[in-house]
Amino acid sequence: MASSFVYVTFIRTTPDALWTALTDRGFTEKYWFGAHLVSDWKTGSDWKIVLKDGRVADTGELLEVDPPRRMVIKWRNEFMPELKAEGYSRCVMEIEQVGEACKLTISHSIEKDNAKMIEAVSGGWPRILSNLKSLLETGQVALPEKL
Amino acid sequence: MDDDAVFKALADRSRRLLLDRLYRNNGQSLGDLCEGLEMSRQAVAKHLGILEEANLIAVQKSGREKLHFINPVPINQISERWIGKFELPRMRVLSDLKVSLEKKPRK
Repeated sequence: MASSFVYVTFIRTTPDALWTALTDRGFTEKYWFGAHLVSDWKTGSDWKIVLKDGRVADTGELLEVDPPRRMVIKWRNEFMPELKAEGYSRCVMEIEQVGEACKLTISHSIEKDNAKMIEAVSGGWPRILSNLKSLLETGQVALPEKL
Repeated sequence: MDDDAVFKALADRSRRLLLDRLYRNNGQSLGDLCEGLEMSRQAVAKHLGILEEANLIAVQKSGREKLHFINPVPINQISERWIGKFELPRMRVLSDLKVSLEKKPRK
């Protein structure tokens, strides 16, 4: 049995703008609570999340990159030993245009029962996605400092 | 999404029960969710439709099964809108209190 979570949010924006928001360093900094994502966003490339203080939080590899529709990330936490020990998780991000909005679906799973990794990301994703939605729709994040 | 749809979907005991069951065990099929409930399969399916419409659950195909996942994003948005905004003033009050309590007494 795997542990998995699925998050869905509808954002009034275009698929291209949403793709940029998910991949651009300056943009990710604004809604990942100061952390930013680093990659050249090509299939097979390395990927990482860097915290404000320069520590590397998570690393992995991009298994699939199909802008502006779909991305699959092999994802492992690096700075919490009990999470790192669980190995790689899989995060799929999908963008689908629905009327004037985009449906963003993020599914994060790991082949392990009651995984701590999934428990940890499940606390973060809803807040990150709320921030992303308000940033794209209003230009501002709701909770700039908390994580 | 529409806040009205979220509040309406949450304003029903059976639907909250289904969300509780998904919270405990995420990614269940319709059959799993019906187990041990007194509701008919059709009633459960109808409630799941309303929850999906409000974006409170996400449905994903896994082989021949449709699995239901709780989607906490709309609830988080409501919490930020109705609770988060009250936190800043509260923090300010606490920090003012700290400053005034820690101030050396005037002689």
